[in-house]
Amino acid sequence: MTYAISTKRPAQEPPRTLAHWFDPTRIPAHIWVIAIILLLVPTFTSEFTQYQIFGWAFILGMISLSLMILAGYGGMVSLVQMTAAAAAGYAIAIFGTSAVTEISFAWPWPIAVIIAILASVLVCVISGALAIRTEGIYTIMITLAIGSAFFYFTRQNYTVFNGFTGFNGVQTPVLFGVNWKEPTPFYYLTLSVAGLSYWFTVHLARTPFGLALQGVRDNPRRMAAMGFSVNAHRLAAYAIAGVLSGIAGILLVWSTGQISPNTGSVGPIIDILVITVIGGINRPIGPFVGALLYVLLRTYSLDFLNAIGLDGERFKLVIGLTFLVIVYFSPNGICGIWDKHIKRLWQPIKLEEHNG
Amino acid sequence: MSGDQQSVVSQRWFTHAVWAITALCVLWLILAIWPDWLVGLLGRKKVFVNALLNGITLGALYFLVASGFTLIFGLMRNVNLAHGSLYLAGAYIGFEVSRVTGSWVLAFPIAFIAMAILGIILQVFVFRHLDGQDLQQTLITIGISIVLADLMLWRWGGEFYQIYAPDWLSGPVETFIQSSLSRRTGEPIFIKYPSVRLFILICAIFIGLGMWYVLNKSKLGMLIRAGVDDREMLAASGVRIQLIFVGVFAFGAGLAGIAGVVGGTFQSIAPGEDTRFLLSSLVVVIVGGMGSIPGAALGAVLIGCAEQFGSVYAPTYSVVLTFVIMVAVLAFRPQGLLGRD
Repeated sequence: MTYAISTKRPAQEPPRTLAHWFDPTRIPAHIWVIAIILLLVPTFTSEFTQYQIFGWAFILGMISLSLMILAGYGGMVSLVQMTAAAAAGYAIAIFGTSAVTEISFAWPWPIAVIIAILASVLVCVISGALAIRTEGIYTIMITLAIGSAFFYFTRQNYTVFNGFTGFNGVQTPVLFGVNWKEPTPFYYLTLSVAGLSYWFTVHLARTPFGLALQGVRDNPRRMAAMGFSVNAHRLAAYAIAGVLSGIAGILLVWSTGQISPNTGSVGPIIDILVITVIGGINRPIGPFVGALLYVLLRTYSLDFLNAIGLDGERFKLVIGLTFLVIVYFSPNGICGIWDKHIKRLWQPIKLEEHNG
Repeated sequence: MSGDQQSVVSQRWFTHAVWAITALCVLWLILAIWPDWLVGLLGRKKVFVNALLNGITLGALYFLVASGFTLIFGLMRNVNLAHGSLYLAGAYIGFEVSRVTGSWVLAFPIAFIAMAILGIILQVFVFRHLDGQDLQQTLITIGISIVLADLMLWRWGGEFYQIYAPDWLSGPVETFIQSSLSRRTGEPIFIKYPSVRLFILICAIFIGLGMWYVLNKSKLGMLIRAGVDDREMLAASGVRIQLIFVGVFAFGAGLAGIAGVVGGTFQSIAPGEDTRFLLSSLVVVIVGGMGSIPGAALGAVLIGCAEQFGSVYAPTYSVVLTFVIMVAVLAFRPQGLLGRD
């Protein structure tokens, strides 16, 4: 037994101290480059780009990231993440301040934020509890059915969810004298939250829990035989994903100031899956790449389609065809194309990439 | 051992008794003229019977969509999330046919053939290459449904269309169910119901019975059932299984086309109906059991009735009722009511 433990951590690795965690050389150079570029984005882009493109891409990327945790680490393709984000958005509108004063409680925003994240976790855990009894394709169908049930329910219910119109005029908090709804502060807010969730997700894969979760993905029976509770790990993954999508849902409502049933309708639910798959469903950076591409396509497809002489309304066609081409030729999305054809040019392939 | 058997027998007897009493109660609710206390409890009988008939006919429509879906899944393990698009495309084609030729009946075979051809294309060019790759199939069919939905939006726009039933089916027909006694003459008043819906219900029942007969009594059905159980073995014994796959896929897709014409007749055709019917067939199939035709029928009637009764007696919570049924089934019988383990 002691021998087994000693093989896990080779002797040459130094003990992890606090300085180890803050050692800047541990972070690869390309991440530094990307981080610095992202930090400098507001200096050379318009407010529209900061708010409508990057802010939006970070939010969609975080929701997709929660799907990536479930699908990439846990092997469970859950379509309930957008619904969880919408639930958090509704919670922030109901418990915080909105223009619908007869429903909103107007509690202070920190309390509303906590309730919103709990609401998202609750939606995720309930859906997870229903879905983990089944496998593979059933998970997609059950979570899709749950998501659409939530959509129809919010559309029909007027006493709590204010029906078809939903809520508008949701206040974004003013903290430290900064109005976070302004484009540049909002850019940095979404960037930092998205960066933290990215860092968290990358590290989650190496924690004991993350390793066990990936074990459950690869061979649930063997993990069960080794004494791991398969269902508990899956459920915990849903809860973690719920936290991320809840935070993203709050930012979503803060960015637009409104939430309605359409936020969680079938279209956005599928969009999240599309984004994650386009980017790459098995690594944390994939969702953000996919979200950026999605937002760029959606924003500029009008000009692009007009330029090549097509109707500007055909955005969904462009997205659908892009999605089909990527799924057909590279199941791991853009990240897969990157690994296969571009990264190979100057780098030897790492060992761990053969595992997938 | 014998004690166990005894208890199993008595349990079965008990279940049967419960079902029989429930059936008798429902029959009484439908046939008898309601006493005043029941009217006070549930409202007028006409509303109840109408909700029941609406639920059953809606269930017939759901069955037409979901049975193709479940047949394809049961035999080939193919999850076709573009099934809703087949429904909507069938509806649009049926609408065009009935507009150009003026014939409602002609819309059915043409929608069936058109969607069957589309199904064959899907099977040959998509599913055959992705055999066994569940996630890939799902993603690609989602992509196809996005593309098809936008193409249809391009062609037909966002307007609502309606396929008109022929004259001999328009208007209500008097059923044998009494709603109340006339206050003046004392004669029973019979409930009227749209004849086109009843006609479609009867057609759906015949299609369902036909499918059951072919699956259970014919040689072709024998092959299909063998394929459901073990298709490698069937292929090894010399059956041209790809031919059966294409045929079943074409039939399932064609059924979705027929359902589109039906839906366009007693509801309306609009963008978004594709996802609606995809979702309802998902729920129907989850409740009834994946791959089971009788399960699809049972699930369709349950979900149809739940929606209609919900919208009559609890308008805000009708979706919740459907959802609760699904959750209850998943919690107690994850394989579906009539699904096999």
